[in-house]
Amino acid sequence: MIGKFEEWYNGRHEYAREWKNKTGGKVIGYFCTYVPEEILYAANILPVRILGGHTPQSLTEAYIFGMYCPFCRDCLAQGLEGKYEYLDGLMIAQSCLHIRQSFSSWINHIPTKFSYLLPMPNALQNNACLPYLREEYIKFKKAIEEWIRQDITEENLVQGIETMNRNRRLMKEIYNLRRSDSPPITGLESMYMVVSSQMVDKNDHSQVLEEFLTVESKGRLKNRDQGVRLMIIGSEDDDTNFIKMVETLGATIVCDDHCTGTRYFWDEVRVDSDPILSIAKRYIIRTPCPSKDMPEHLRFKRILEFAKDFRVEGALVVQQKFCDPHENDKVALIQMLRENGIKTLSLEFDVTVPIGPFRIRVEAFLETLTADESELF
Amino acid sequence: MATELKAKYPTAPLKCWAKVKELRQKYYQDYALAHEKGGIRWSGGAANLEPVPAGLGRDVYMLTGEPYGASIAYDRAFAAKCHAAAEQAGYPRDLCAYMRNYWGSKLLKTYAFGGPFPEPDFYWQFHLCCSHGKWYQEAARIEGKGRPVFITDVVVGPYFKRNERTGHFYADPNKNGIRYIADQVHEHIERLEKITGRTYQDELLFEATENYFNMTSLWAEICILNQAIPAPLDEKTIFSLYVLGALNKSSKQYVDFYRELRDEVQDRVSRGIAALSTERARIMSDIQPPWGFLEIFRYIEQFGCVSVGSMYSINLQFSLDIKEDGTLRPLPTLKERGIELKSRDQCLMLLADHLASNLWGQNMQEHTLKNYIMEKIYEQWHCNGIMIHYNRGCEGLSLNVAENRLYLIEKGIPVVTYEGNMGDEREFDLAETLKRIDTFMETLGLK
Repeated sequence: MIGKFEEWYNGRHEYAREWKNKTGGKVIGYFCTYVPEEILYAANILPVRILGGHTPQSLTEAYIFGMYCPFCRDCLAQGLEGKYEYLDGLMIAQSCLHIRQSFSSWINHIPTKFSYLLPMPNALQNNACLPYLREEYIKFKKAIEEWIRQDITEENLVQGIETMNRNRRLMKEIYNLRRSDSPPITGLESMYMVVSSQMVDKNDHSQVLEEFLTVESKGRLKNRDQGVRLMIIGSEDDDTNFIKMVETLGATIVCDDHCTGTRYFWDEVRVDSDPILSIAKRYIIRTPCPSKDMPEHLRFKRILEFAKDFRVEGALVVQQKFCDPHENDKVALIQMLRENGIKTLSLEFDVTVPIGPFRIRVEAFLETLTADESELF
Repeated sequence: MATELKAKYPTAPLKCWAKVKELRQKYYQDYALAHEKGGIRWSGGAANLEPVPAGLGRDVYMLTGEPYGASIAYDRAFAAKCHAAAEQAGYPRDLCAYMRNYWGSKLLKTYAFGGPFPEPDFYWQFHLCCSHGKWYQEAARIEGKGRPVFITDVVVGPYFKRNERTGHFYADPNKNGIRYIADQVHEHIERLEKITGRTYQDELLFEATENYFNMTSLWAEICILNQAIPAPLDEKTIFSLYVLGALNKSSKQYVDFYRELRDEVQDRVSRGIAALSTERARIMSDIQPPWGFLEIFRYIEQFGCVSVGSMYSINLQFSLDIKEDGTLRPLPTLKERGIELKSRDQCLMLLADHLASNLWGQNMQEHTLKNYIMEKIYEQWHCNGIMIHYNRGCEGLSLNVAENRLYLIEKGIPVVTYEGNMGDEREFDLAETLKRIDTFMETLGLK
């Protein structure tokens, strides 16, 4: 059943079309994990995260300046190629300007019935952001209600929160199994698990997670040599070829700090009397994207906590080429990890990665983690 | 190469030229020497909320990062050292070029205007592009002394909407967003009092805010005077003049200067004094130029072509308002709007509203507005073409640049693009750019 996540990941468009046919519901494409999916689930809308296709393309040159990140160009290319023709709407929660450019160019060139820009605050360490975000969510909820011509009740919101929280709890439970000496799930399988949760109905997804936990996880991969325990940190990453390659070299990726990983699901909504406020609090306190992590580096605290809890031996710091938010944090991050005894390998990703040269670099890195210096020199 | 052109208009040097150079030099010196006088130093972005720290006293001096980064870029030898220092420290070279120049200067502990880099007492920054806030977070970390960093988020969504009937944009601010910006500043003022040990003075805030609005409107008036044919100012000169607003919009001294400049430019228009005696065509540009290569603006003059302004130099620090018929006009001053500053909150709300409405910043919120404004400048400044800089040094102002090009071409406006970097000469090819300009001039019928 763990294979279901990979199947969903590869068949994301077929899944969404079938979901529409089956439920008659609307599907909304979204950029960035700051989109409050709780409100969309409350409205019975399927949120589908728009991701790249990892194949070279030449469609976006006329629309996006080449110094913008390959991920944002790849995402737009998917739209221009018509791969998301089934979408009923499109939205973004403000994070970085790169993905904002994809959103703008998408609505400029691809007919879209409903689009929404949610001005998600960036200064999440200022107290004023909470009342502001609450009001913005109220406006967003109203826009959705007008679009679907149906009210979203408080009960719907609580249900939407529960759908999201259940999925988060289950993925967290599975992640916690990766703390052991023989993780029952590889880094590649984890990536498929989290990324597919951004594309399919959380209710379907949670069901498979539950089955995996109760039936399949026990004793799974117990004979697999975990090798070196690695953490992977950085910008958007669903480069499964890369992860697969790393895990064939005598290493296992045991945790991450990615928006296709823990940053997406680790923190739950704690529901109080005001569901909208509760959702706003969650998106403010979740592990921040570096674009919102200032003036303190709160993300670093979470990274270090993970590195210790998951007994990480080394970290891969990956970043999309031209990704300003991650590039801005890179020097401080590597220094922080080094000061805490964690060696790093820094890699720059494009739409496709050069697997051969990267393999050599990862192998060399793994050698520095496993061999003593006399063997190396 | 263009043929020899006959002068059509009289020309004359700008009388206040020496003064603007003197004021700029004094700004950088005053900042460096502030501590000797017991004053406060802060550093942060231009187009900021500089009237707010002004409430801490009359001895508050600032170093705004973008003009400082541009000054370094103009000195190519020092810029090369700054880039090398930033890259040796591990920073990728595709990051904001101003920021890398600033960090490099800090890492080298060298001030571009002489002496060691004068560290600020605190950092005061707004956040709009991906690097605005991160710039000073990292600056504080580089210094390693735990200096306070104040970041005000201004990403609150579109301020202007398009009227579907007329096609013109009109103001429709996100009031919740304006409140959010002002509330953050309230928080900051409380903390500023704690870290400086000073009592905040609202009357100084009001005075600085009056100056701020007076200055921004005056600059808009000056830019609008440049709609005249012949243009009284060329863009290379404009870059030297507009900078005071990027240095400190709350300064009374600078307001007085702009008033003097406005009167001089008005006089030039009345007397038909041209920036370029051979003016026969006019172009505009879009965003920051490659500062180390401003000669491209002199190069076009051989063709009788003058660059009269840009989306950047007209709008960056200042106030243009959109009239119902789409005409761009100076935003009225507080006095003209009948506003008397009475409370801190009222003042902060006005500043927040102004910052959120800034037309260049709005490009990061409303993706079609810049197309519209560029088209309006093209029309109202009587341009014949537009020169677009694909600027690898600034992610923020390069947002939508390819879309701007497409829009303007579809409108039948002649456009040339060139790729470069505002602050890193390694990414600018002068010979190639001049060739493109030659071809563009030819398409405009200027041989």
